Parts: sequence; C-alpha cells; structure tokens
Amino acid sequence: MSFMKKYSDADIQQLNKVANGLRRQSLTMIYRRQAGHPGGCLSAADIVAALYFNILRIDPQRPSWEDRDRFILSKGHASALLYSALAGRGYFPQADLEHWGELDCHLQGHPDRLKTPGVDMTSGILGHGIAIGLGLALAARLQKRDYHTYVLLGDGECQGGIVWEGVNACAKFNPGNLTAIVDYNDVQLDGAVHEIMPMEPFADKWRAFRWDVIAIDGHDIRAILSSLEEAKSMRQRPVVIIARTVKGKGVSFMENRAQWHGIPPDKEQYEAAMAELSRENK
Amino acid sequence: MANLAMREAYGRALADYGAVNPRVVALDADTASSTLSVFFEKRFPDRFFNFGIAEPCMIDAAVGFALAGMVPFANAFAALAALRALEQVRTCVCYARTNVKIASSYAGVSDFKDGPTHHAITDIAVMRSLPEMTVIVPADGGEAAAFVSLIAEFDGPVYFRLNRAATLPVSRPGEPLSIGRGIMRRQGGDVTVVACGSMVGRSMQAADSLASQGIQARVVEIHTIKPIDRELLLQAAAETGCVVTAEEHTVIGGLGSAVAEVLAAGRPVPLAMVGIHDTFARTGPDPESIMDAFGMGVSDIVNAALSVINKKKA
Repeated sequence: MSFMKKYSDADIQQLNKVANGLRRQSLTMIYRRQAGHPGGCLSAADIVAALYFNILRIDPQRPSWEDRDRFILSKGHASALLYSALAGRGYFPQADLEHWGELDCHLQGHPDRLKTPGVDMTSGILGHGIAIGLGLALAARLQKRDYHTYVLLGDGECQGGIVWEGVNACAKFNPGNLTAIVDYNDVQLDGAVHEIMPMEPFADKWRAFRWDVIAIDGHDIRAILSSLEEAKSMRQRPVVIIARTVKGKGVSFMENRAQWHGIPPDKEQYEAAMAELSRENK
Repeated sequence: MANLAMREAYGRALADYGAVNPRVVALDADTASSTLSVFFEKRFPDRFFNFGIAEPCMIDAAVGFALAGMVPFANAFAALAALRALEQVRTCVCYARTNVKIASSYAGVSDFKDGPTHHAITDIAVMRSLPEMTVIVPADGGEAAAFVSLIAEFDGPVYFRLNRAATLPVSRPGEPLSIGRGIMRRQGGDVTVVACGSMVGRSMQAADSLASQGIQARVVEIHTIKPIDRELLLQAAAETGCVVTAEEHTVIGGLGSAVAEVLAAGRPVPLAMVGIHDTFARTGPDPESIMDAFGMGVSDIVNAALSVINKKKA
C-alpha cells in the first residue's frame, strides 16, 4: 500500500512511545482518582496516539478553529486517555490532569466540550458519535470546508440501536469526510462481548450497511496510520476501521479481563502496571 | 396567519426564514409532509435532511450541524421527539448545550386520529425539567410563525411545541413577542387564567363566559414555559388573588406546575389546574372533543375559576 511508505521506522517508534506515555498517564490519572476506565484507555491508546500526534489537522492554540479536523470519542469512558492526549498536545497544562474529577476542575468524568479545551463533543452515554459525526460531516459539505470527522467507538457500544441508525443514515448521505474507528477489544463491563451480546459477523454488518471496511491490528501504529490515510482518501462512502485490540493492552494482568473495565488499580497493582509499561517503553 | 393551522404557519415561516438565514438547516424524521417542513425542503433541498423514522438519529445529526455553526431545526412528532429521542436531547442537546431547535409538531392531543400513542401530554414536563432547555408553546398560527426567527436567532436549545391544526386565534399581526415574556391577553381583577397553546383561545372564551356572570377574568398567556415570566405571574396573583392554569397537557409537571412553583414561593394564592388529570386520553373525531372530554373544555376553565374565587373569599 502506497500509504505505508510515508512513515519511517523512527516515526513509528516515536508514536509507540507516545502511546505508551498515554497509557501510563491514563493509568496514573485513574489510580490517583480511584475512578475511571483503565481497560478501554489501554486498548485505544495507539489509535488515539496516531490521531492526535500525527493524523488530526488541529491547532491546540485555536481549539475552536473552524477548519480543524473533528474527533468524537464516542466511547467517552476512555476520557483519561483523551485528556492525556489533549494535555500532551498542549490544549491545557499537564498539571490539570492531577485534578481530574475535582469539583472545580474542568476535566469531568466523561468528556465535556464546554469545559475542556480541545474536546469537540461531549460524550459518555454511548452510541451518539456516528450520528453526530454525520451532522458535522454534512455541515462541512454544505459549508465547503475540508475538515475530516473521526469517530472512535467501542465494540460493546455497537450493541446499541442508535449506532446503527447513524450507520444507516450514513449509507444514505455518504459522508466521504467521516471515518469511524471501532476499538474492537471484545470486552465490556459484564464480560466478553462475544458472550454478553455477540456482534459477529461484525465487519459484514457494516458492509451490509454499505460502508467500506478496513480491518487492522489496532496496536500496530503503522497499520493505524495507513488505514486512517486510506480511509480519508476514500471519498465515495463512509469508512469504518475495525481495529482489533486487547482490552487492558500493555498490562499483563489487565489484558482481556472484564474486571478492569471500570475498576481502578490499588497501589500495588498500579506500581506493577507502571513497571510493565516502563519496561515496554525501552 | 393566526387562523392558519399551526403546522402550516410554522412550515411556511421556516421556509421564508430559510431565505434570510443561510445557516438554517431543517431535518425531519419522515414527517415532513405532516410537520410541513416540506415547504422548507422544496425551497432549500440542499439544506433539508430526512432521516426516516429515526428520531434519535435525527437529533444527534442536528447536534452535529449545530457543532459546525449551523442552526438546525429538527422536526418530528412531539410524542417521539420528547420521548424516543429524549436521551439525545438531554445529553447531546442540553448538557452539551448545542444550538438545536426541536420543532415538535402534533403536540397535546392534536393528533386526534391516531390516539394516545401519538398524543404528547408529558412533553412540557419532561422538556422543562432539562437544564439549558427553553420551552416555547405558541398559542396560534400567528405566534407559531412569528417565533421562528426569534428561536433561530436565540442562542441555545429550544423546544418549540406545535399543534397540528388551527387553534382559536388570539394573536394580532405585528404585536410584540419575545422569548420569556408573557402576554396579558385580557385585563381583569377577579381571577387570573394563565394559559398556553391551544388553551389561550379557550381561556378567552371562558373569560367571556365569566364576564356574563359579572366576573372579570384576567387572561395571561405564557408561551415561554421556561424561563417563565415570574414577574407577570406574581403581579397577576397579587392583583387578582387567585389563579387558574390551562394547558393541553397533563397537569403533572406542565404549565400548571411551573406556575405553582412560582406562586408557592412568591405569592401563594388559591390555584386550580385545568389540563389532563393523570390519565391517557382517547382517540376522537377532532382535538376539540377530546379536549372537552378530558377536562380541558371552556366550562372546565370557568368552573375552575369559580372554585378559586370561592377559595379566595373563604
């Protein structure tokens, strides 16, 4: 694929480092606050790193820039990950992350577009991203603006009907300027997605709704970058990147375990997790 | 205009306003020929988006348009906009404070043919409980049309509650109209009738009837249920000493409750609520007979007025 040539090994290594940093930052936030969703932050870290540190056309000095690319974290539970990325890009001071969840801190439990610079849309209740992204994409078309809208969903999130209302509407309006990414980690609060409410054949469902599907390993930075660029170049139909991921990725005792969906680590677990992630970063 | 079916007055006004403001887009949920957003569609096909029978998706898409600086009017039957799409409205419109205008048609019992599945008798209660939401209920076609530009130019979420058919006309062309400010429709010192929507015209009729018995009823129209015109209500309560509310809606949580909240805190006076009393209505041959049968008749207003006047004397 021609898209893959653009990135040097050093670029990829750098983004891997960024993703690792986002993992550690997210876990630290969740540990400090003793609240949050570690599993889904760890699974989506590589995707968010690729978006915020390479793909998105954004300017942290101008969070409301009208021509910026839009990003909707439809799986809003991964707020610690988004906040880590936004702070990393300089939307607000890193020190703010230490105050996440305090009554007078702008960082809410779930992302809030009115309070936190750089958050394009409030989220947290699952399912809204595609339909909202469609509105943004159609508005861009009307206004003749060339920004691109990205929506990151979870696979469990796709159990909700509103997702498919949005997916179906996209098949009608064909927003070529919209890309959906599914963080397909197969774990949700109560257990494995394939047991709680199976979503397979998942890619076929999107295809049946007349979306183009790109399937990747969601922890392979090079694959993430090339799929995002490929998706952006496909202007005729909406594209979904189904990124196979591991919930809790990077922390052995958290990987693929539903118990780490929304439980913070205790001191010992946090230190063990950080030790693992630090080793990985070398 | 005041005589026009409310939906027609609204639909024509939206299309006219579309020519003035290029940021306006209209969305519908397969009800364009009913809500009459179709007038907008015909003039501005590029700015009209039909989402099919998927109100939640329509509201979320409207949110996207609003995020991009457009002024979306999302049209649907009230029963669906205020119920099926409620979570969208709460989270993505109100909490995210997106500039979405929800034009909710066929409200109250105005969809008489389809019956209680399509009646919307709880929407005012639900919508006014949402932080950031402004709730507007026009009294007739003239107001339905006149509010379009006011709502479009207002910054923030609005729930605009429309009836299907014509209501008794009460507005005059060109009269002052502003969001949040009630209208004194009739002077009177013995009792105040506070009404919204289709019940404003009925309250005027009730006032005529009371006048024939020597009772001077004041009629106050509250088109903006939230934020409510406290000053006008407190003044009316102080000057007339008793209040009746009248709405095409359940008395639980609607205009009556909103007025009661104001009066209980600021000027407690005898109060009676005319509306649907905690029941589903029925299918009927026209909205008027359903309203008469379910406690929203002119005589219900008259009787409520007599009862609060008696309490005042006691």
